[in-house]
Amino acid sequence: MSFRADHLLGIEHLAPDEITTLLDLADRYADLNREGRRTHDVLAGMTQINMFFENSTRTQASFELAGKRLGADVMNMGMQTSSVKKGETLIDTALTLNAMHPDLLVVRHPSSGAVDLLSQKVNCAVLNAGDGRHEHPTQGLLDALTIRREKGRLHRLTVAICGDIAHSRVARSNIILLGKMENRVRLVGPPTLLPAGCGDWGVEVYHDMKAGLEGADVVMMLRLQKERMDGGFIPSEREYFHRYGLDAEKLALAKEDAIVMHPGPMNRGVEIDGVIADDINRSVIQEQVEMGVAVRMAAMDLLARNLRARRGAERAGVMV
Amino acid sequence: MTTTLIKNARLIDPEAGTEETGDLLIKDGRIAALGDAGAPEGSTVVDARGACLAPGIVDIGVKVSEPGERHKESFASAGRAAAAGGVPTIVTRPDTDPAIDTPETLEFVERRAAADAPVHVLHMAALTKGRAGREMTEIGFLSDLGAVAFTDCDRVVTDTKVLSRALTYAAAMDALVIGHVQEPGLSAGASATSGKFASLRGIPAVTPMAERMGLDRDIALIEMTGVRYHVDVITTARALPALRRAKANGLDITAGTNIHHLTLNALDVGDYRTFFKIKPPLRDEDDRLAVVEAVAEGLIDVIGSFHTPQDEESKRLPFEEAASGAVGLETLLPAAMRLVHAGHLTLPQLFRAMA
Repeated sequence: MSFRADHLLGIEHLAPDEITTLLDLADRYADLNREGRRTHDVLAGMTQINMFFENSTRTQASFELAGKRLGADVMNMGMQTSSVKKGETLIDTALTLNAMHPDLLVVRHPSSGAVDLLSQKVNCAVLNAGDGRHEHPTQGLLDALTIRREKGRLHRLTVAICGDIAHSRVARSNIILLGKMENRVRLVGPPTLLPAGCGDWGVEVYHDMKAGLEGADVVMMLRLQKERMDGGFIPSEREYFHRYGLDAEKLALAKEDAIVMHPGPMNRGVEIDGVIADDINRSVIQEQVEMGVAVRMAAMDLLARNLRARRGAERAGVMV
Repeated sequence: MTTTLIKNARLIDPEAGTEETGDLLIKDGRIAALGDAGAPEGSTVVDARGACLAPGIVDIGVKVSEPGERHKESFASAGRAAAAGGVPTIVTRPDTDPAIDTPETLEFVERRAAADAPVHVLHMAALTKGRAGREMTEIGFLSDLGAVAFTDCDRVVTDTKVLSRALTYAAAMDALVIGHVQEPGLSAGASATSGKFASLRGIPAVTPMAERMGLDRDIALIEMTGVRYHVDVITTARALPALRRAKANGLDITAGTNIHHLTLNALDVGDYRTFFKIKPPLRDEDDRLAVVEAVAEGLIDVIGSFHTPQDEESKRLPFEEAASGAVGLETLLPAAMRLVHAGHLTLPQLFRAMA
């Protein structure tokens, strides 16, 4: 099996063959989920703790469901009301949790790099459910799986990632993943919402959305992250929608069979016209959510296998 | 097809830098030939008898007080003043009340200008909402509607992050931004330029260095964002080397100055004459001469009247309390001609900066 990672901290650390292995397994889980064969025991006896230092509904639910379908004992810790509020540092929280011997730790944190830091202090597999504006690897993987199932391949596609890229960890994971799998990636948005230096990421940068969408196979819209903005990035939502919102006129420039994606939650009428979001012939937004569970099942399954192997080796080492 | 021949005119050509007597042929409202054109059959012929013929003046930075203070100046009165002063095109400022900061207010002034002004009127819009320096305006919509430039006029955007985002966004829209260069902490409350005269009169004053400091900051932001940028007024000698370097470095920067600063100096305030209270304040004679020289060599690109009408209630006050600003549309050309008669500028140099 070519999946060597101990943690899933970011797409950055995965090799193309590891991505393919994970997507192949996720593909099988997606089919099994559809067929109604949703109960498995690959995580039986294992404990999964979801630690969300930042509000989440869909990602947390998706991880919880994935763990339960694989037979894990799942615990959710709402970190917003916990000891963190009482002044405990992230590392102390990690050490406390580690003493309870979890097997899988799913972490979301508002600071970039926080999940990485936490992973250095625990003896279990850590899955990054989003850290600051750094990475959101399972979102990148579920987007990749959705594209692969829709387009039949995950290479040599033109993917336009549009909107608020500066604040988006989803964009970073997708840019890295799609680049590793040899796709043509375009970033489309006003320069105030494009991260500095993104022109050196091996992508094409467009400030004119119509030019950026021309001939695209995949149009990936991002949410305008109002809560991460301290003002002044765009003049107004109406001007943003006029120039950078996905509507029928702009989508017409992409390929005829181009698919439309959005990681949710959507701001209808800001980054995407509700009519496009609801168009079952173009929009794969619901399928993305479905693939999310399958991808998280595959990721936890693979990490658990590596964790068992590592622990087995450690025990064998002690015996000798 | 209508053709008009103007013969025996002193043709002022600011592009070529020449001033020669000759003819000019106009076909359907466009210049068709210069020099010895000869009149086609059926042309109207005008004999200029040696009078000057120059491109029309474009005055950037005219304050028309609509909306908000129509008693000070309306599009009708400003248009008549421009026509009387020989200014066929005015570019209006957005520092009205409310500011021209939305497509809706821009449409209003465009309609008013089209209905009332006998001259060609172009409009600028605010760079930030309410000229408050916090959020950029809808630069895209306003550009689409015909705003020719974006400026907060005499208010400096002090939050550099807000300004850098606005400039970055404007650059993507290929919009021109006009900045007012001042270090606002230094110039707060000042009514004059610091020096012997202001000290004798006891008027709170600002160092001329405040202009250079503001310019230095904005030059760094232009380099960072790549925006097209015009400095509304340069009035001090100390700001000129920075401007020269920025141009030599290839930045997309131009600069203007004010007719008042080319023809008057700080001493003109005399006995607290508030009609000479303008913003930035009048400078010393050395500064005036340096700025005139910069116009002659083309370092400063534009001369404007910065026509700012005030009413008596705003001006007949103690100097510190009086409003800033003076009218200039009707006197722009005659005042500028003083620079030609004094031998500082040639007519082509003058019209390069005014047309």
